Amino acid sequence: MNETDKIIEVRHLSKSFSGKKVLEDINLYIRRGEFLTLLGPSGCGKTTMLRMIAGFLQPDEGSILLEGKELAGTPPHLRPLNTVFQRYALFPHLDVYDNIAFGLKLKKTPQEEIDKRVRRVLKLVSMSDYEDRDVETLSGGQQQRIAIARAIVNQPKVLLLDEPLAALDLKMRKDMQIELKEMHKKLGITFIYVTHDQEEALTLSDTIVVMNEGRIQQIGTPTDIYNEPVNSFVADFIGESNILNGTMICDRKVSFIGHDFDCVDEGFGEDNPVDVVVRPEDIYFVDKEKAQFSAKVKSCVFKGVHYEMFVDTDTGNELMIQDYDAFQPGTEVWLRIEPDDIQVMRKERTQNTFDGEVIDNETVRFLGGDFKCDASAYSSGDKVKVEVPFDKVDLLDNEEEGESYGNVIFILYKGDHYHLTIATPEGEKVWVDTNDIWDKNDQVGIHILPEDIHLRKAEGNE
Amino acid sequence: MSKRSSWALPYFIFLVLFVVMPLVLIVVYSFQDASGHFTFSNITKFFMDKDSLSTFALSIEVAIENTALCILIGYPAAYILADKSLNRSAVTVVLFIMPMWVNALMRTLATAELFNMAGITLGKGTLLFGMCYDYLPFMIYPIYNVLNKMDKSYAEAAEDLGAKPLEVFTKVTLPLSMPGVASGILMVFMPTVSTFAISEFLTNNKIKLFGTIIQENINNSMWNYGAALSLIMLIIIAITTVLQGKDNSEAAAGGAI
Amino acid sequence: MSAKKIFAKAYIWILLIVLYSPIVFIAVCSFTEAKSLGNWTGFSLNLYKSLFTGGMQNSNALLSAVYNTLLIALIASIVATILGTIAAIGIFNLKGRKKQAIQFLNNIPMINPDIITGVSLFLLFVFLHISQGYLTVILAHITFCTPYVVLNVLPKLSQMNPNVYEAALDLGATPFQALRKVMIPALRPGMISGFILSFTMSLDDFAVTFFTRGTIGLDTLSTFIYTDARKGGLTPELRPLMTIIFLIILAVLLFINIRSSKNTQESK
Repeated sequence: MNETDKIIEVRHLSKSFSGKKVLEDINLYIRRGEFLTLLGPSGCGKTTMLRMIAGFLQPDEGSILLEGKELAGTPPHLRPLNTVFQRYALFPHLDVYDNIAFGLKLKKTPQEEIDKRVRRVLKLVSMSDYEDRDVETLSGGQQQRIAIARAIVNQPKVLLLDEPLAALDLKMRKDMQIELKEMHKKLGITFIYVTHDQEEALTLSDTIVVMNEGRIQQIGTPTDIYNEPVNSFVADFIGESNILNGTMICDRKVSFIGHDFDCVDEGFGEDNPVDVVVRPEDIYFVDKEKAQFSAKVKSCVFKGVHYEMFVDTDTGNELMIQDYDAFQPGTEVWLRIEPDDIQVMRKERTQNTFDGEVIDNETVRFLGGDFKCDASAYSSGDKVKVEVPFDKVDLLDNEEEGESYGNVIFILYKGDHYHLTIATPEGEKVWVDTNDIWDKNDQVGIHILPEDIHLRKAEGNE
Repeated sequence: MSKRSSWALPYFIFLVLFVVMPLVLIVVYSFQDASGHFTFSNITKFFMDKDSLSTFALSIEVAIENTALCILIGYPAAYILADKSLNRSAVTVVLFIMPMWVNALMRTLATAELFNMAGITLGKGTLLFGMCYDYLPFMIYPIYNVLNKMDKSYAEAAEDLGAKPLEVFTKVTLPLSMPGVASGILMVFMPTVSTFAISEFLTNNKIKLFGTIIQENINNSMWNYGAALSLIMLIIIAITTVLQGKDNSEAAAGGAI
Repeated sequence: MSAKKIFAKAYIWILLIVLYSPIVFIAVCSFTEAKSLGNWTGFSLNLYKSLFTGGMQNSNALLSAVYNTLLIALIASIVATILGTIAAIGIFNLKGRKKQAIQFLNNIPMINPDIITGVSLFLLFVFLHISQGYLTVILAHITFCTPYVVLNVLPKLSQMNPNVYEAALDLGATPFQALRKVMIPALRPGMISGFILSFTMSLDDFAVTFFTRGTIGLDTLSTFIYTDARKGGLTPELRPLMTIIFLIILAVLLFINIRSSKNTQESK
């Protein structure tokens, strides 16, 4: 692409707050006039990134370029960017007109010019008669419009929007989405939009950047991201999906839920563990002779347009299916998945690996706790890599009973078990496969049996 | 925004210079003789001197009695003022606070003169009455504040659960209003234990309180002994504050308007 | 009207009558010429006349005491408001131990009785060989006023939308402009109540002034009354002065209250 098309470029951006990495080596560019959305769960770093572009935070490492020029060192008030804040941040002591005119007055714009421009943006956000109103008497939606007007009246090169619709009710949010999209078209300004609402992102954006835990997971158009998620996080976060453990038998052949399926993916090697994503609307009810497998309907709920059903397959996996036809619970059904609709993804990891230190013959310290295991092959003080399979980590209700403890930060259902991510107080992550039901943010104790802990000599000085 | 925290620095320096240093100096002077040598004699002097000890005891006694009196008279007043069915006017509340804006010494002198005219001899009785008169608003206001902000549904819930009106008061309203009483105690007890001019006027110099001895010593250039007496009072204050256990400064801050 | 209500009203009004009787007494006695408080020698406006024309023997001392009281209160509360607001912004942005420490220090002057504040500052000025007078009295008043400003401004900071300051920067305001045009207006109510509180506390102070005024003959109204009373017999002109002060305060407070209750009604 042409270099001058890039309005903002982010290079190797990193940021930590009190030792905790919030953003790690972010690389990204934004095209002129584009509607780009930073999408991710809370705490993924999207707002931090937006605040660094606006200038409220300084990067630890890396740079942000605006039209090829480094932005670091330019204080927020000199950056030709404007922000729409999540909770509006309208000035409570000024009326609507003075709020919108705030930036123009600071720039010593002539009064007639201010008048003209304030009127124009008020018309654009359909708030023409509200000039003299006290901002605190406005409804949430109206305040949001004024916040947008206050930003765009300065004709910024880029408009930054930090979850601008999060505080509105559902109906209002839908209306504002349409208006924002139209406004973007009309103004031709580049929009950088931060949200945790995947539906909003899919509706509004030209490009979506999916983020999690300080890293970019995937960048693409809404269609790309929905149809071809690169990993199980993206698949789970965007839309509804069945995420399942599978094995790539060979190119174009994958096995999951106990059956072999044709697919279109190549290059995953042979007999390699993979994650498989199937969207619920891509599982079809068919006649017995066309079917690949059978299942029994467990539940069926009408969702307005389609029915959402959960079925148990003949091999004991649970699948979610969306269809326009309803099948009552208890019905035996025949199912088929087309090769095109199977999305195969490389597994990010197949087991837990921790850095540990041998304490004595039968104790190894990792995850901030002392675990019993056979360490007779090592001498005390040795640095080791500790390997533990996902399904060998026991989670305990009482966090004090385990050797270590942590918080459940992410839950993924994989058809016949849950795949949890646990974060210890030091920020280390433990992945666990379990059939027990836990909730997000649960405090859990971590217990591992001695025979499930495998030690490996750490390479080099690590 | 993190740089903003450095804005506290000038005030921090100010506090060290004008709050911490002076308090340290009280301690330093307490343990020095007139020529600046280290000594315990100021402290021992206090504990050996019967007059000082009895004045001290009397001051504590008067302060406790005055505080109790202020609660007894002030609590019902605060309760009535905060009860919407008994009082709706904010002006009544202001009327209770307004005497504080008139010079306290002047008011005290007038009170003493009224006693004189009524033929009441100035003594401990008039002292208690006068001090209660001076400090009552400091008790009423914090209690009123807490009662006024209290969620009415607590009392309604208690009633709904079968509590009689008196039980609603003793089991719900009173316990919930204790923070107000606590900050009232702090605002009444501390000043009364250390008062000096007011007690002189109200008893025609017949009764000396602890504050008066401190003042006399300082004014007669007995700084070291004055400092030692102040230190003893500081310790009493520290004990009272710790016993109170809570930070009531915010209730106290709203004390004016 | 229920018996409970009658009792409640009676209780309140009896208390108010007792509270106001000394003030009314002073006001009544301001309309007679008698030298000592409490005597009545017939109605006269002479005390008012001599208060304003300076006809009494120590009129200069009384008028300069009034002048000093106002001047000290004004300077101390202005400085306290500025210092306290800046400090509150700093404290609000502090975290953990540092925040607790400075808030603890901030509470000390409020808990300390006047006499301790007075004596301790007296020792400080002696120790530092600062000759006592206007400056020391003003510094002392700033010391006990600023904590109240801090405590009145802090809640305004936490009520403020944290993004408001950033929004101003974002719209092109320099940090100073953002402070002046956005922060200060948001903090103004807290600053004003802190200022009024400081001003009245300074006006009413006796003990701290008494210990820090030195020996240059600096008098505020409080110390003037104290010395006057110790000499025996108050200057009669104090009576009309107090009456006037009381009426001014009454008018101001009633005005503020009526206006604010109107405002709350309007906003509803």
